[in-house]
Amino acid sequence: MAIINATVAITGMNAKPDNPGPGLAVARCLRESPDFQGRIIGLGYDALDPGLYLDEYCDASYLLPYPSAGNDALLDQLQVIQQREQIDILLPCLDAELPGMVRLLPALTEMGFKTFLPTSEQLRLRNKDRLPELAEIAGINCPQIKAITQAGFLYQCQDEGWSYPLVVKGLFYGAYIVHSADEAADAFRKIAAEWGFPVLVQQMVKGEEYNLTAVGDGEGNLLGPVMMRKMAVTDKGKAWSGISIDDQTLLDASTALARAIRWRGPLEVEVIRDQQGHYQLIEINPRFPAWIYLSVGVGRNLPLALLQLANGQTPDAFPASKAGVLFIRYALEKIVPIAEFESIVMQGHRQITDNASTETEVPGDE
Amino acid sequence: MEQSNEVKSPSGSDLFPALDVLNRLAVSESGFVFDPASGHNFTVNETGLVLLRLLLKEQRLDLILETLSNEFDADLREIERDVIEFASALKENVRA
Repeated sequence: MAIINATVAITGMNAKPDNPGPGLAVARCLRESPDFQGRIIGLGYDALDPGLYLDEYCDASYLLPYPSAGNDALLDQLQVIQQREQIDILLPCLDAELPGMVRLLPALTEMGFKTFLPTSEQLRLRNKDRLPELAEIAGINCPQIKAITQAGFLYQCQDEGWSYPLVVKGLFYGAYIVHSADEAADAFRKIAAEWGFPVLVQQMVKGEEYNLTAVGDGEGNLLGPVMMRKMAVTDKGKAWSGISIDDQTLLDASTALARAIRWRGPLEVEVIRDQQGHYQLIEINPRFPAWIYLSVGVGRNLPLALLQLANGQTPDAFPASKAGVLFIRYALEKIVPIAEFESIVMQGHRQITDNASTETEVPGDE
Repeated sequence: MEQSNEVKSPSGSDLFPALDVLNRLAVSESGFVFDPASGHNFTVNETGLVLLRLLLKEQRLDLILETLSNEFDADLREIERDVIEFASALKENVRA
């Protein structure tokens, strides 16, 4: 295949162990591919996002303004970064930034960024509040779900056939398992404060969690599906360990979804196999999961395939996926010189060859 | 009548997992067994390994018992009880 020698910007460099962003894993997939010899620019929102400091994955790193700062602030910063780095391809990796990025697509294209993103309509179709429709398309079940804007429902829901425990979720992020109306109301307030309205309430399903990730080609095809069973999760329910599987029901459901929505870009389908053996659709995420490095483990480098699509190339044929490949996540400490931290905080960027312009004197330094 | 590859015991109950389910299992010499469809793994002892391999070749309970009674010095009823117990544990560990 042709070697890709492009400069790629990747968002989502946050990596808190209980809920890491996918960006660092996407960068790792590309960096380890012999078919990628380009540069990687890490984009984060917080000066403590560890990916910003990892030279092995990012040649340079920049801070972006939070989405709440608005589109103009984002475009201004991307323009500055583009002038410095001449980025060819932009890979946004976080749910919350996708609607904005999709709206800004004409401006991003004009700036010279190539992307491979879903359309606004496709994003709307996979919204968490559309789950029942999507489950019907997929031919599987889904737990009862309701979008609410007032906590009163949480006190009356049992009269309407709901039963605790429930899951209270944000439209983009955040989920709490709650066992009483008071607990639910507390979770409702936290989610609303952090992620806004509506807040989603979902009937809790007990069972085993299975996930699929793949790339939709925008023509209705699902490319390179990789499936896994969660073997251990963090307190936030994120995979800490998993094993690749070959699950025909999950594959058929995901294929039907990609075909119906004509999904374009990366996606993750989350299901639970309940205690009766029925599959329940939990979520469809419009991005790679943080466990995407497993795709390299099973011989299907999905971030590389996405890069090829964004670059106007046809991805190589995928080898048969290998079941029984395990991942176990672990946490490491990155030692960061204060000058590098200063560079991110004060200038909003960091480069391997670019030492901070000023030396911060630390008491006790000789 | 619809054909099924579920194994039938002489009494007519479905005793063993279906042959296609057994065939997909990854079984190692150490007794480590992995089901690629469910992602579950479990372990079997030496006797379990013999029985699991036998099940892949032979699905009739009476013939399985005959083979095992030739191989192991044990009472036939005891062997049958162990086989039924093993079959039940196997069905719990693999996805039909």
